[in-house]
Amino acid sequence: MIITLVFLAALLAFFLGWILSRTVQVEPWVADGGLLSDDLPDILTTPRVALGIFLAVASSVFALSISAYHMRIEWGSDWLAAPSPALLWVNTGVLVLASLALQWSWNAARRKDGDSLRRWLYIGGALTVAFIFGQLLVWRQLYVGGYFMSANPANAFFYFMTGVHGVHLLGGLVAWFRCTRRVWQGAGPEAVGASVELCTIYWHYLLVIWFILFSLLLTT
Amino acid sequence: MAELGHEATTYAPPREQPEMELPHAHSFVTTYIFSQDAKTIAIQYAITAISVGLFALLLSILIRLQLGFPNSFSLIDPTNYLQYVTMHGMIMVVYLLTALFLGGFGNYFIPLMIGARDMAFPWMNMLSFWFYFVSVIILMIAFFIPGGPTGAGWTLYPPQLMSEGTPGIHGGVLLMMFSLAVFIIGFTMGGLNYIITILQYRTRGMTLMRMPLTIWGIFMATMLALLAFPALLVAVLMVLFDHIAGTSFFMPAMFSMGEQTPHEGGSPLLFQHLFWFFGHPEVYIVALPAFGIVSDILATHARRNIFGYRMMVWALVAIGGLSFVVWAHHMYVSGMNPYFGFLFATTTLVIAVPTAIKVYNWVLTLWHGNIRLTLPMLFAIGFIFTFVNGGLTGLFLGNVTVDVPLSDTYFVVGHFHMVMAVAPVMVIYAAIYHWYPKITGRMLDETMGKIHFWTTFVGTYTIYYPMHYLGLAGVPRRYFAYGDTSPFIGESVQDLNAVITVAAIIVAFAQLLFIFNVIWSRKHGVESGPNPWNATSLEWQTETTPPGHGNFGKELPVVYRWPYDYSVPGAKYDFIPQNVPPEAVEKADDDGVKA
Repeated sequence: MIITLVFLAALLAFFLGWILSRTVQVEPWVADGGLLSDDLPDILTTPRVALGIFLAVASSVFALSISAYHMRIEWGSDWLAAPSPALLWVNTGVLVLASLALQWSWNAARRKDGDSLRRWLYIGGALTVAFIFGQLLVWRQLYVGGYFMSANPANAFFYFMTGVHGVHLLGGLVAWFRCTRRVWQGAGPEAVGASVELCTIYWHYLLVIWFILFSLLLTT
Repeated sequence: MAELGHEATTYAPPREQPEMELPHAHSFVTTYIFSQDAKTIAIQYAITAISVGLFALLLSILIRLQLGFPNSFSLIDPTNYLQYVTMHGMIMVVYLLTALFLGGFGNYFIPLMIGARDMAFPWMNMLSFWFYFVSVIILMIAFFIPGGPTGAGWTLYPPQLMSEGTPGIHGGVLLMMFSLAVFIIGFTMGGLNYIITILQYRTRGMTLMRMPLTIWGIFMATMLALLAFPALLVAVLMVLFDHIAGTSFFMPAMFSMGEQTPHEGGSPLLFQHLFWFFGHPEVYIVALPAFGIVSDILATHARRNIFGYRMMVWALVAIGGLSFVVWAHHMYVSGMNPYFGFLFATTTLVIAVPTAIKVYNWVLTLWHGNIRLTLPMLFAIGFIFTFVNGGLTGLFLGNVTVDVPLSDTYFVVGHFHMVMAVAPVMVIYAAIYHWYPKITGRMLDETMGKIHFWTTFVGTYTIYYPMHYLGLAGVPRRYFAYGDTSPFIGESVQDLNAVITVAAIIVAFAQLLFIFNVIWSRKHGVESGPNPWNATSLEWQTETTPPGHGNFGKELPVVYRWPYDYSVPGAKYDFIPQNVPPEAVEKADDDGVKA
């Protein structure tokens, strides 16, 4: 649980610091004296804060999975490392490109360049779908190779972790689809810029998570 | 400000809160069923939670009937008994308490108390309730399938969870896991809403340190829940894989009926770590909103500002943080590394410090207060008693050497029912008696309420206090029947069990009286007016009672003070609502403060 606790400690330290900075010098019993304004800065719009908190929740899921992964290795004696098909490297590249494409789409949104926004948004989504198909193909390769879920805990964790990551990405694709539909219907950069931004941040986050999971799967 | 020694320049005026667009309902379905109004969603949550809670109460009576009068009822066999125990625990902890405190009270009071029109994401809020509703339905389906619901105890420990001999190892386990997964997904949607709304939708002047402690409690509890429920989700998913796909996350190699089971090498201890990493914060997910609500009720009905408001806030935050590092005190006898025991005993005792701060502050709020023994106040004071009582036995169980002999005895049952069942339920009642007038415009009946309170308070003590003695005498929990236990357990234990059962039945009837009161007073209760308790917080200052769609009138209220301006010296009335500017406060006449 060390990994989970480190994650939580970092989160709580941030939260405690924020709470203390907003509450220590305040005398709440004073009427209309004016209190330290504790509105979040304007840059933290409601959707951005919502995404941030959702990412904290998702990180909790991944941190706990990684903790469980280590504990299961340590406490069982039957761990046989699962193979890492070469296709995983290709998939990783595809996901990096997907993240980059969305970044360019976001950049285009900030430049108010509707054509570029649309193009990169489509490409980003297509690359993500390709990544998910790639992951399914990896599952298929492992399955054909006899690496069933039930055969070994390493396999089980492989399917579990890639599955949880994939489901998060599918959830992201729902948001991407809603955004893309609006673009399709002719919405400009002003209208969809904020949505593209949220998608991009979420994609970058899932890319980082994928790097962590992938390196974990490679090293154990 | 000058006389307080502060530089006026350090302050910035709070931001003007822009008006939000509200989804308006146009038909019966969108008004009452798929409503996006937080108040309606709150009532949907509350009705569902209380209904399923009453069902769990019925289960507990069935458990007690068997324990008090063994083998007198043919309906209850060992299989059913274990299923009742399991479902009673799970329903009460997750589907009643968590859902009612956060989904019910959270939805109703967050927007009203912080001066918002509604939740930040009304549609997601609605979805959250319907996920919860579906999770309850999935849970209940288990009673109608062959084999019935799981009987592995609410802690769902593998390998027992999936081993032959435990009731409901096929469909029962699956439905429980699906139900929990749906609940968690639904809760995450609701929880995001509560946090965002509190962070972003406070009205002008409602700074963090002017929020009622109810909101602080709900805020911290939601944070805990958002970070702790993932542990349960991960555990649930892995159990599902073990069950459906034959993996061995948790299931060790075992022999059943002379054959080796398909599992090998899994770690039951891993499940316990994941489960209690959720399970212990869960205690505080229930307790923190209760702490907040009880603080507000004590202040209002004692006509005094809450003692040590800032300390109360920091104690909530400290308890929230510490609650993540005490989980393994549930596992002293699990076979984990014994050195952990010392570590977790220490953190467990440390958490008693902020908790004690809160208890002292409640008592000091009452000190020299103008106490009115209204129904909410009775329940709030009842909470202090039961909570302190249950908390002190927690100090016993937090110590490894004391816990080891008491593990899995009735001492533990007595402890957690006192601290986690009776205490929060006392607050739920206090809250319902306190806010029912705002929700319906009518008071709950006083006489029925007093009968309800005294029966519940004395009755629950009669139920749970003797259980501590049963535990010290060595009576194990979860047993269907004890068989011949002489000379280890005296015969008087059976008499005590019979007394407890009779008390439990009486207490259960008192709860039915409460339900009747809630329904009856809806039509026949005395009209309450908008602010029957002369309370200060914003929900009592709405234009209409009950509050309409959008909560407040044309303009959102502006907040000038904290919600604890009771009995302010020099003021004409003994309460000053949060939205009254200093220049509008009426000065006292010569004859002093008026109530």
